[in-house]
Amino acid sequence: MKRSLVRLAIMLPVLALVFGLLAVPILGKVDTVKVGVIYPLTGSAAATGKDYIAAYQLAADIVNNKMDLDFPFARTEGIPALGGAMIEIVPADSQGSPEVGRAEAERLISSVKPTALMGCHHSAVTKTASQAAERFGTVFLCPDSTSPALTERGYEWFFRSGPTDTTFIEDTFDFIEDLKKARGLKVETVAIVSEDTEFGKNISVVEEQMAATRGYRVVEKITFQNNSTNVNSEVLRLKRANPDVILMAAYTSDTILFVRTFKEQKYTPPAVIGQRAGFISPEIFTTLGKDADYLFTTNVWAPDLGEKRPIVKRINELYRAKTGKDLTGDYARAFTGAFILVDAINRAGSVNPEAIRKALLATDYPGSQLIVPWAGVRFDQKTHQNTLGRGIITQAIGGVYRTVWPFDLASQEAVWPVPAWDKR
Amino acid sequence: MSGTQVFAQTVLNGLLMGCIIALVAIGIALIRGVMDMVNFAQGEFLMLGMYCAFWVNRLTGLDPLLTAPIAGAVLFVLGAVMYKTLVRRVVGAPMLAQVLLTFGFSIVLVNTALFLWGAEFRTIPETWIRGNVDIGGVVIGVTTLVPAVVSVIMAAGVYWFMVKTRMGRALQATAMNKHAAALVGIDTERVYALAFGLASACAGVAGSVLALSYYVFPMVGTVFNLFAFVAVALGGFGSIPGAFIGGLIIGVADSVTGFYVSTAFKYVVAFGIYLATVIWRPKGLFGW
Repeated sequence: MKRSLVRLAIMLPVLALVFGLLAVPILGKVDTVKVGVIYPLTGSAAATGKDYIAAYQLAADIVNNKMDLDFPFARTEGIPALGGAMIEIVPADSQGSPEVGRAEAERLISSVKPTALMGCHHSAVTKTASQAAERFGTVFLCPDSTSPALTERGYEWFFRSGPTDTTFIEDTFDFIEDLKKARGLKVETVAIVSEDTEFGKNISVVEEQMAATRGYRVVEKITFQNNSTNVNSEVLRLKRANPDVILMAAYTSDTILFVRTFKEQKYTPPAVIGQRAGFISPEIFTTLGKDADYLFTTNVWAPDLGEKRPIVKRINELYRAKTGKDLTGDYARAFTGAFILVDAINRAGSVNPEAIRKALLATDYPGSQLIVPWAGVRFDQKTHQNTLGRGIITQAIGGVYRTVWPFDLASQEAVWPVPAWDKR
Repeated sequence: MSGTQVFAQTVLNGLLMGCIIALVAIGIALIRGVMDMVNFAQGEFLMLGMYCAFWVNRLTGLDPLLTAPIAGAVLFVLGAVMYKTLVRRVVGAPMLAQVLLTFGFSIVLVNTALFLWGAEFRTIPETWIRGNVDIGGVVIGVTTLVPAVVSVIMAAGVYWFMVKTRMGRALQATAMNKHAAALVGIDTERVYALAFGLASACAGVAGSVLALSYYVFPMVGTVFNLFAFVAVALGGFGSIPGAFIGGLIIGVADSVTGFYVSTAFKYVVAFGIYLATVIWRPKGLFGW
């Protein structure tokens, strides 16, 4: 009896010590926070995917290193509330395909065990990849895909920090309205041109509804195949319909093809307003050169926003040093999304999925700490859509997009109608 | 634009586009006809032809039109080498082995291009091939007219070679019966290498002129490959004129349906024609 008491007296501190040591990694320190980012790294959108990864890497660099930068998490190393844990970006390749995107999301969740997933550029891919995340209870923060349907599914683990197509299309019509008021422009007819995946299909539905409610006549509605070999008949149809403005939703390859075919067929639409995607890809300027001039697009970001806010300019310079290119709306949005996630993890003070989910729901991120021109980030409690996002309208002149609307952010006046091909 | 003008424009657009598809298709038909195998890497040879035009233009400033012979020659060599090193091992082998080889090779080519040149879209800047031709209200871009003309010339050249030259006849003889051809002294190995080289050269030339109006990126081949296959099946596997006409039919069907019916249905009709051919005339329009 006495011996066993002695034994117990020795055992207890030893056991306490052993459990104590074991408990440290369980309860306390997290070394790295892995964030899986799913983007097209091969396939027709591969170049876009690569630049996205660079934007995430830049966000991770700012969080992980001490930088002399007036930006959240810049002056500390790692995530403060997790004892300086580092962010690690784990890229995965969706190939731009919904099936592959979903498989990659499942692979990441089961093998890499990321704290959260982000992505996926293509709305159709985001749709399926987030289904996987929902099933496994992994936080999925989408900074970029804009299909309104994504946040209407009532998913528990899906959040979106960027504005939806509905917001951008409202912006488009507000812009036309404002321009009509300011300049007495005559804009009565529109043509709706959209590619045939999730992204384009949703946009054309919303555009058609909004055109009807705002009193515009839709004189042509075109659905074309994503990655077309030619858009000759599409352009011929537009030429015949001769609308006052063309509203277009296309990814990079088709945007290039359309502009080239417009020129080839000697057709100058008075104005083409794109819905980001292909229109804001930097390749528009490298492939089309001067022919890209005067294209309008709804946008999230433009380099001239930096003329008014030094930090925006500074972040763009850092990105430029990394990739040799300016940020675009896509990459600025992704960069922003990464900070929204880090902010939530920091407030949660752990990598527990439920804690992060709760922290995201409680997000109240001020617009002053963003590089995009939003009022801030606050998620709708039901849909998890950021309610404070907004867009701008930009027009290409001389190889860069400049802000033309809203007028208080504009750095130049919109050129509308645009000059004919032979008068440029 | 009047109704006739619009119709002429629509058909012409289709024909011009069809010419490029036709040239890619000829390569597939040639290999299929001579060697009885399907080359799934043909689209990737088109892609290499486009990059060839792009890089020669970028590095030397040579006009893209003049790069067509260079691209043709480079791809000819590549095709012949591919035959000598890889393809000859599967001649006469089960079809699955052939499909896996050419399909696998296409994946290797795409990823090599991705690795070497990146995924960016690239285009050749306009040189002296530019502007539009306006024939009574029908507008044609010179950058689509020139490729079509080059395609027709190249296709005619291949046809002439096959029918009129000794080597071409040797090719035909081998296509009909390899052993009999060997018996009368035809070096069938050489003939096969030639066929493969020639088919690749077709894709190379098509690619280099296509680069005048289309963007270049590593996956561009797959976009055109599907149409080329349909053109070949439509025209009849193995028939060179058939493949050419098949290409034109696809192009015109695409353009006319797109304009007069709906752009959403343009491929439905193109592939519908193909389906109808397969059902009612499985050997294709000109097949034997």
